[in-house]
Amino acid sequence: MTAPLPTMAASPLPPPDPQFVLRGTQSAVHALHFFGGARGQERPLLLSGSLSGLVHIWSLQTRRAVATLDGHGGQCVTWLQTLPQGHQLLSQGRDLKLRLWDLAEGRNAVVDSVPLESLGFCRSSVLARGQERWMLAMPGRGSEEVQILEMPSKTSVCTLKPEADAKPGMPMCLELWQADSSPRPLLLAGYEDGSVALWDVSERKVCSRVACHTEPVMGFDFDSQKARGVSGSAEKALAVWSLDEQQALQVCRTHELTNPGIADVKIRPDRKILATAGWDHRVRVFHWRTMKPLAVLSFHSATVHCVAFATDGLLAAGSGDQRISIWSLYPVRSDASTPLLGHAEGGEVGAHALA
Amino acid sequence: MDPGQSAVLPTVWEALRTLSSSEDGDCILSTLGSLKRYLGGAESPAPPGEQEEFARRHFSDVLRCLVGRLSPGWLELLPDGQLEDLWASFFLEGPADQAFLVLMESIEGAASPSFRLTKTAQLLARFLRAGRMAAVMEGQCRQRAGPAFPPLQDALLSKAVGLPDHLGNRLRRENLEPFLPQNYFPLLGEEIVRVLQALVDSLRGGWDCSVSFLSQVLGKACVHGRQKEILGVLVPRLTALTRANCLWQRVCWRLVECVPDRAMEALLTGLVEAALGPEVLSRLLGNLVMKSKKAQFVMTRKILFLQYRYSTPMLQSLLGYLAMDSQRRPLLIQVLKELLETWGSSSAIRHASLPQQCYVSKAVLICLAHLGEVELRDSREDLLASLMAGVKSRLDSSLPAVRRLGMTVAEVASARIHPEGPPLRFQYEEDELSRELLALAAPPPAADSPSEASLAVAPVAAETTDRGSADRGIPQARPEGTGSDLDSDDELVPYDMSGDRELKSGKTPAYVRDCVEALTSSEDWERWEAALRALEGLIIRSPAAAREVSVELAKVLLHLEEKTSVVGFEGLRQRALVAVVVTDPVPVAEYLTSQFYALNFSLRQRMDILDVLTLAAQELSRPGRLPKTPQCGSPSPASQPSSTQAPAWRAVVEERIRSKTRRFTQGSARRGPDASPNEFNLVAGYFFFPLIRHFDRPLVTFDLLGEDQLVLGRLVHTLGALMYLAVNTTVAVAMGKALLEFVWTLRFHGDAYVRRGLLSAVSSILLSVPAERLLADLPDELLEARPWLADVAEQDPDEDCRVLAVKALLLLEKLKGTLLPLSSS
Repeated sequence: MTAPLPTMAASPLPPPDPQFVLRGTQSAVHALHFFGGARGQERPLLLSGSLSGLVHIWSLQTRRAVATLDGHGGQCVTWLQTLPQGHQLLSQGRDLKLRLWDLAEGRNAVVDSVPLESLGFCRSSVLARGQERWMLAMPGRGSEEVQILEMPSKTSVCTLKPEADAKPGMPMCLELWQADSSPRPLLLAGYEDGSVALWDVSERKVCSRVACHTEPVMGFDFDSQKARGVSGSAEKALAVWSLDEQQALQVCRTHELTNPGIADVKIRPDRKILATAGWDHRVRVFHWRTMKPLAVLSFHSATVHCVAFATDGLLAAGSGDQRISIWSLYPVRSDASTPLLGHAEGGEVGAHALA
Repeated sequence: MDPGQSAVLPTVWEALRTLSSSEDGDCILSTLGSLKRYLGGAESPAPPGEQEEFARRHFSDVLRCLVGRLSPGWLELLPDGQLEDLWASFFLEGPADQAFLVLMESIEGAASPSFRLTKTAQLLARFLRAGRMAAVMEGQCRQRAGPAFPPLQDALLSKAVGLPDHLGNRLRRENLEPFLPQNYFPLLGEEIVRVLQALVDSLRGGWDCSVSFLSQVLGKACVHGRQKEILGVLVPRLTALTRANCLWQRVCWRLVECVPDRAMEALLTGLVEAALGPEVLSRLLGNLVMKSKKAQFVMTRKILFLQYRYSTPMLQSLLGYLAMDSQRRPLLIQVLKELLETWGSSSAIRHASLPQQCYVSKAVLICLAHLGEVELRDSREDLLASLMAGVKSRLDSSLPAVRRLGMTVAEVASARIHPEGPPLRFQYEEDELSRELLALAAPPPAADSPSEASLAVAPVAAETTDRGSADRGIPQARPEGTGSDLDSDDELVPYDMSGDRELKSGKTPAYVRDCVEALTSSEDWERWEAALRALEGLIIRSPAAAREVSVELAKVLLHLEEKTSVVGFEGLRQRALVAVVVTDPVPVAEYLTSQFYALNFSLRQRMDILDVLTLAAQELSRPGRLPKTPQCGSPSPASQPSSTQAPAWRAVVEERIRSKTRRFTQGSARRGPDASPNEFNLVAGYFFFPLIRHFDRPLVTFDLLGEDQLVLGRLVHTLGALMYLAVNTTVAVAMGKALLEFVWTLRFHGDAYVRRGLLSAVSSILLSVPAERLLADLPDELLEARPWLADVAEQDPDEDCRVLAVKALLLLEKLKGTLLPLSSS
């Protein structure tokens, strides 16, 4: 890593530069996901999904695209997620398809496909803990619904529909997770009216719901260890909320930003820092515990659509200017005393997104 | 005749005869023993009267005889080196002055490599080791009654100080360690302290004595340029000894006072250099400046006005010394007046080099820091008048360093001289010099804190401030560190986030015409700024569209004012202008050059025109520039209004001068992959000749040869750059001719910046015009330029001018070199 080690210098460090930049998607980058690369393996691969419907697989060693997957008929790819078992990739596109790809041994073939019924921008979420079967949450047919499927059988488990008088609007982002202590899967969902709701999937009811923003929630990330989450919306602030023992959500604090609009929020797997993708072309880095601003990464010349962290601490940001910038900030301590965020026993693959 | 004489004389004669002839060891031994009685210390010393008689009349004869007998055989007449010990004891125990003189004499008289020379030199080394030099000097100081025999004292003086030279000359490669100047003079210093100690003791005992011989030794050593060695030992010792002792102080003052006038300067400069701070200097010198005219001259004129090699601490201790005593303070005021007069004199500014001006400025500020308000009030009018004259002439200067110096001194000095008046404030960037000057202006520390103590305190103070800042750093690092769960390793240091500003909404015009419209008529400042930012890129992307409105656009840009504080406004405007010129050179260059001499422009705009023309010419002549990319290089010279530092192109010129061979490789590389013509070739004349045409016609608002010499300097530099960029073009010869004439008319210009421009213009002529054409078309001019260049290289007060002149001369030499084989073939 070339990032300078932070020292107790009196004057602030000059703003950092990207470690390198990946070009060649030839359209805006809307989804990023690191794949592999945990625990002493070689460097991870980076997957990117673009507006033109292509998924690029980048080698961070050679900094070139090693493969291109074309499976969404030229429609924007909005979400990418690998599964812990085998080399399987899920991609969601605006062509109303979720594709399951087999990437093992250099293959890149669609092995399965799930039809979507919502035209929204909501990204799906999976809960897989190394078992055969895994759970998929995706926006459902009705505009306010979330559909839960059991995979790979594609059996519909349930549809989560808010109560009639709630009117939270469309779901904007989803996150399935399961507390270590309990077998019950939970779903966090951010809605169009700026609220975040916690669903108990097995009982199909809302445990708690809290209004975090006045604008639609555009992205959030949840730290299941600290039971705290952070969300960004179209407005000029980040909200940090927490979940208490009674499974009630409450807003801890909000953090004002310079410019409105956050497209994506990610907490680094070691739970030290978090990064936001801003409509103001900038990536902001905060200290996760204190929410102290640490850096403003201004490199892109268009909206940043997505950010992703690798387990080794590398940060990737994809932007409307068709570039992916890779940053190396605040190196990850290699001691294993702090378990990685949402890192399940077998899940070595980008597990934070599934927490 | 006293009876003692008759007793001593025969004995000595007898002994001398025996010594000079006898080869019998025992006989010699007994004779020497009998003589030894007169030196005292033996078992049966001779009566004191006889001892004195012997010492005064016969001792040197005996010694000479002893030296004369010195040979290997003679020394071996007795076993175990007995004879040698006895022989040496005469020199080491007898009266030191005579022994010293005889030793020196015999060393000078001995044949160059010889037994006798080696032996006497070794003996002299023992003599020095035994501290006998102190005895030599003390003897001279104690001759209270007997008038010292002046030739003897002179001989002693010259031998004592010249010892390293004499010995070095005689012994050459066999010279001994103690005789080397770096060893001998510290020893001499030690001996002087010992003598002084003895004198102080005897003064306490009520004895009278004189230090004048010591003063002479000290003075002579200093005249010989050994201040560092001798004062390096003497000053610390005297500093310690005079600290709380009046007697020592008075002895020390006397010591300095008695130094002969011709040695005073050497001694005083050495003392000022060696003494730590004004308190020490004051203790060592007393009121010397009031007593000795020569000392006053050295301290108040020579060190301050005629030389400028001394460091700031030296200046501080010198002026602090003047300020420490009420008797000396009038001198300080006098000095300040004279310093300010010099500082304010415009001819001094023109003819003194920058380091000297800095030196005088520092002295002025130190004086001001020492003087009180009341003292200043009396001569306020004079001081202010000289100060303002100096400020005015400095602000007129084209050299930024001189201007900045003027501003700094003016701010500080006016605040001191006229504290009630409105404070003077200039806008200048702080640099090392201005910070140093500001620090000097702070009032000196309380007079009772000796500087030796402050030296010891300084590192401690620095340490505490360090710790203080570290303490302050820690709470910053963990303002919310008392969170629920503590991660001790959370020390993530934030990066600089000052660049995080609100994003401007996009109103960027998409066409050049839109930009023109937005810049001229828009009241929407966001749009105005966006237009300015987009302009350069638009011009480069669509040259055809830009050409349609090129002159109009140039006009708009030239008159553009910074209405809102846009970051980097100057740079944006300049790059846009350059892009316009490059896109459509002929009409725009014609327009700009005509505007340069037009009425109703500010100097700033005129200089902008020059900068733009230079940059555009550079861009046009850049090889392989066809893949047109926005020129987003380093901020160009005009982006900072106050800086007239060497612009980027001059670095190019000088680099070229340094390695002329590169020119050929670059030339061939230029022809290589994309053989594009030098686009500047066709248009160079449009850039150059209109500029050079009217320089001697003053307008109402613009007088190049008069007050606006800064613009003249810029013009000359620009012409030189254009000349240089026109290398390999057909028009270069005509340009060179015109430029050389232009240079010739201005060659004695008073402003250093203009002269620098002229000299670099000469260099670019020599580089750009082909050698044969130079000789064919401009032989007389070149012939005339040569002595002028040589003269500048030797005598110009400005260092850059001298360097540039030397470079031009080297180019001329090279030219000769290229022509000679040409003519011979």
